[in-house]
Amino acid sequence: MVSAATSRLEGLRGGAIDAGTATVVLFLLGAAIFLLVGCLQSTAFAQFTIQGLAVGSVYGSLALALVLIYRATHVINFAQGELALLTTYIAWELMQHGLSYWEAFAATLAIAFALGTALQVTVIRPVQHRSVIAVVIVTVGLFILIDGIVDWIWGSTFKFMDSPFGTASFDVGGVQIQHLYVGMLVVVFVSVLLVWALFRFTKLGLGMRAAALRPSAAALVGVRVESMLAIGWGLAAVLGAVAGLMAEPSQLFLTPSLMQPILVYAFAAAVLGGLESPAGALIGGLLIGVTLTLIAGYQPHIGSFRITPELQTPLAFAVILLILLVKPSGLFGRREVRRV
Amino acid sequence: MTALLELEDVEARYGPVHVLHGISLAVEEGSIVTVLGPNGAGKTTTLRAISGTVRRAGNIRFGGRSLQRVGPDGAARLGIAHVPEGRGTFSELTVWENLRLGAYTRRGSIQPELERVFSYFPWLSERRRQQAGTLSGGEQQMLALARAFVLRPRLLLLDEPSLGLAPVLVAELFRIIRELNEKEGLTVLVVEQNAHLALQAAGAGYVLEAGHVVLSGSSAELMADDAVRRSYLGY
Repeated sequence: MVSAATSRLEGLRGGAIDAGTATVVLFLLGAAIFLLVGCLQSTAFAQFTIQGLAVGSVYGSLALALVLIYRATHVINFAQGELALLTTYIAWELMQHGLSYWEAFAATLAIAFALGTALQVTVIRPVQHRSVIAVVIVTVGLFILIDGIVDWIWGSTFKFMDSPFGTASFDVGGVQIQHLYVGMLVVVFVSVLLVWALFRFTKLGLGMRAAALRPSAAALVGVRVESMLAIGWGLAAVLGAVAGLMAEPSQLFLTPSLMQPILVYAFAAAVLGGLESPAGALIGGLLIGVTLTLIAGYQPHIGSFRITPELQTPLAFAVILLILLVKPSGLFGRREVRRV
Repeated sequence: MTALLELEDVEARYGPVHVLHGISLAVEEGSIVTVLGPNGAGKTTTLRAISGTVRRAGNIRFGGRSLQRVGPDGAARLGIAHVPEGRGTFSELTVWENLRLGAYTRRGSIQPELERVFSYFPWLSERRRQQAGTLSGGEQQMLALARAFVLRPRLLLLDEPSLGLAPVLVAELFRIIRELNEKEGLTVLVVEQNAHLALQAAGAGYVLEAGHVVLSGSSAELMADDAVRRSYLGY
């Protein structure tokens, strides 16, 4: 019969901690200790950290949207940020028509899902089987198209939304924690948890994972692969919409360029986490958010060279470059376990 | 008696490469039928034509219904379970998730199906949380068979199940296939290099060469045929 003992051994070996995993765990542990000690030492540091986590959760949410689509189609959706921008404007428009913030929020997520699904069916599906480059070009085209549409409909003047969380703050041992940042973190994490649970525990989620992993094998067990990909685009658009809606209050106003730096940070987060890893995208987002906020807050300098907030975007690119050079699989990119 | 599966003048091609030149075959309900032939004869493509994973022309009827416009997910919904070359298991998913996917088209609880599958593959039950990629080759092939069986298929298409397996595992695999056939009435169409084992398990067989059926008959007839003995049985 089948040698059960051997495989069990191999199963264990697969789960054992190798040097790479240990390094990543040590790195994250070090970062956590650094932040904790910093927060205990200084209230300003603690405030920067919390703000960083909040904006980082936004980057993480958008990064997760990128990862969802990357896993399904092996393509980076360059239009993800602009799609989030469009849905944020839609939310603003809905509020102009009398909807409350949370009514508009819910309606916008539904619209985002429909929009993401429709885009996959109408413009991605026809070129999907041609080549990766074809899909990439379509997403770049979508970026420009959506950007133009937003500009055309809403113009480039600032739009204001009422913050859903007000301007008050909690006082925790002298540290002022804005309701806004707590709200952002809660909303993003609840959305991410719901999406995770959908993938992890439902039959639909299993079908989507199967369709992403091996489309041909998934079809053979009766999974409607094309529908799964469309739903995947819909869910990615929903996560993007959450990112856009949560980004807006932290930026104070809505402009057509709202999501462009955020898309770059999301790229950096996704690459840092390992493009295949949803958890990595989220942790990558938090790391990028905290790092950039601390740098902008303290503006550290080397000699007369001061790192100012203007350098945030180049720094994000530097992270992308560094990770791609040093550890292309990112912090959580998994080597595939496969035996033939 | 009409057959469960009938192929009539089926042609298939990959781009400009013509692989099947008018294949006709029939599989009776409750039987095991094997397809033999050298590499490149079109055995795999025949299965792929049935499950709709390759473009094909000609008539394919399953349970009296034309499969002409049915794709792979549609074929699965009609009760055709295709275990492709390389098994089609998801190495990144757990054993349980693989089995759950096997019954993807079934509604409601799949517990009865799982119980039945575990009665044939008891070790799968203990390993349901294990990642399928960490199973040995033989175990993965068993998992592929189990996964196909959870669908409660009307027809099971097996592509080279013995490929890369130790002889003792191949024998075990074919024992289970025969058991499923005898006890559960499972209809099987199996492509196999190991002609000896395949003909022992099957009631009938077809020999393919260069995209044509060159010989067909009951297993006994095929085993008695000089050409088959020389080419595929080696004596």
